Amino acid sequence: MSSTDGTAPPTAPPDGPRDEKLELGPVGHLGDRLFAGMARGSGVLVVAIVAFVGIFLLALAIPALANNESSFLFSRIWEPGANPPQFGIAALFYTTVISSIIAMAIAVPIAVGVALFTTYYAPKRLAAPVAHAIDLLAAVPSIIYGLWGILFFAPILRPVIDGLGSALGWIPLFQKSVTDNVGVVFTASVVLAIMILPVVTAISREIFAQTPVAHREGALALGSTRWEMIRMAVLPYGRSGVVSASMLGLGRALGETVAVLIILSVPNGNDPWTSSIFAGGETFASKIANNAAEFDSPDKTGAYIAAGLVLFVVTFLVNSAARLIVARSGPGGKRPRRIKRIGDKPQSEGATL
Amino acid sequence: MTTTLAANRPAYDGKTLDLTGKSGARAFRNTLASVLITLCFLIALIPLVWILWTVISKGYGLLLDGGWWSESQRGVTVRREGGGAYHAIMGTLIMALITAVIAVPIAILGAIYLVEYGRGTKAARVVSFMIDILTGVPSIVAALFVYAVWITVFGFNRVGFAVSLSLVLLMLPVVLRSTEEMLKLVPDELREASYALGVPKWKTILKVVVPTAFGGIITGVMLGLARVMGETAPLLILVGYSKNINLNPFEGFMGALPTMINQDRTELALQPAADRVWAAALTLILLVLLLNILARLVARFSKVNSK
Repeated sequence: MSSTDGTAPPTAPPDGPRDEKLELGPVGHLGDRLFAGMARGSGVLVVAIVAFVGIFLLALAIPALANNESSFLFSRIWEPGANPPQFGIAALFYTTVISSIIAMAIAVPIAVGVALFTTYYAPKRLAAPVAHAIDLLAAVPSIIYGLWGILFFAPILRPVIDGLGSALGWIPLFQKSVTDNVGVVFTASVVLAIMILPVVTAISREIFAQTPVAHREGALALGSTRWEMIRMAVLPYGRSGVVSASMLGLGRALGETVAVLIILSVPNGNDPWTSSIFAGGETFASKIANNAAEFDSPDKTGAYIAAGLVLFVVTFLVNSAARLIVARSGPGGKRPRRIKRIGDKPQSEGATL
Repeated sequence: MTTTLAANRPAYDGKTLDLTGKSGARAFRNTLASVLITLCFLIALIPLVWILWTVISKGYGLLLDGGWWSESQRGVTVRREGGGAYHAIMGTLIMALITAVIAVPIAILGAIYLVEYGRGTKAARVVSFMIDILTGVPSIVAALFVYAVWITVFGFNRVGFAVSLSLVLLMLPVVLRSTEEMLKLVPDELREASYALGVPKWKTILKVVVPTAFGGIITGVMLGLARVMGETAPLLILVGYSKNINLNPFEGFMGALPTMINQDRTELALQPAADRVWAAALTLILLVLLLNILARLVARFSKVNSK
């Protein structure tokens, strides 16, 4: 057994020195210094890239924001080309967040179900192919999701939207739209849910599979049914993992561009703004992509870059929160345990999602 | 507790005591959960099958035509049939290749840093966190960033190379993470054996560690390529769509499969345009799926034996 999990503290275990202590090569060897420098440089480069993304977007957004006549955070007007330019992200922010949250609400229960199916219900021989089939969903390019979503899926979803609209229409969120269009936020959300399903499934699957055998067999030995075993042993153990998987899925949904761009119908300029999910709209990403041809003056470009910056910050926060949840509480809601038993399987390739 | 348990215990009726039995409600709940969980799986399969069926049934016709693989769309209007996707396939491949050439070395070196040099240090944790953040950067933000640098600051034109630069941001974390996982699986005994023979660290990494993990690294590269090939947002912002064959990533607009789909998607009422859209979609899916399946095969046949 080798302690290769990389996160172990650098203190040498008592049974023998590990690799840090074993650098017996000549100190100052040119090849070594060069290679170590290159490796370190790549690490620094990664940090620099993320920093540069933030810095460059900010630097180009600031002049446009300074010229902005409207409240950037609270205005729903988007006219960066006007004189003076007026733009605010309130409407974009609302559509982006509401569509992603609905997508998450739809995707997570199903993803947990699929993950449980592949780990504890599917016959052993079927489990791997089944898991790969779901992973293939992640391989379908988003533009194809968009086309399929608007042409084939939206018509099917129509009766659902009409039904929900008449039943719950008194809630502003579910208000029936004035204009009769197919590309509504709800449709985009369902398609987004399908797109983030493989992400959430893959991570949940990893966590569920790591539930200690002792917990599972303990539950079964006490006479639990399979469902009770899952409810009492597997789900509590995997809770934090599922939460962080959902956040990662949410991050994906927030930034998804082309599928949303194709599905959502852009509201007319003179339509009144509506909070309903049964109306069209624009997200940050779809707005930027839709108007790529408009990037001609610094002010206009700056407005879109400012929108992009907000999207970057939002996804940054969501993803950081997801990672922090994982780091804070390992599986089982406790501090991660570093004891590895012989025969513990290494994480499979799904972990890199 | 014990008294209530004893009071509730059913009298032994002389038959075999059935200890595996469960109450009807519990059995029902168990069955219900099984049904629901299986149902979840079936629901998840529906879109996969439906999408694949749609694209295959609508797109396979043109793919069987030889011209699809060798001709461009030069001079072909939406109302006319004919032409192929050669320009778009080549564009997609060229941009993906450039992306890989830039991203893969950085990713592998970065992974080597995390596993071989920085293991357990604070700096490595910062780098690792940034990679997580990079994984979550939306493609449109990556595209905007490159737009800001390439076009607004440096004043260059919209070209294929700019797309590759933004795709690097998307491919880098995928390859880096999978390489890192693989390097971690390489047993320390191999490194120690190499050090014991007096081999310097850098040579140990290059000649022992990386070759041992090679299969996994290739898997990561393929998954990364598959991810960037299907990206559309950077193409929309950083390069125009050209119907002509343009193999130069530093000059002029370039065709690509996603933008070829995007170009004609508003003209789907016209049969020739619709045929081309679905054929391009099928070509793109085939490319991406092929890479995914190849990646999994490589992963299966080159597992690092960590025992």
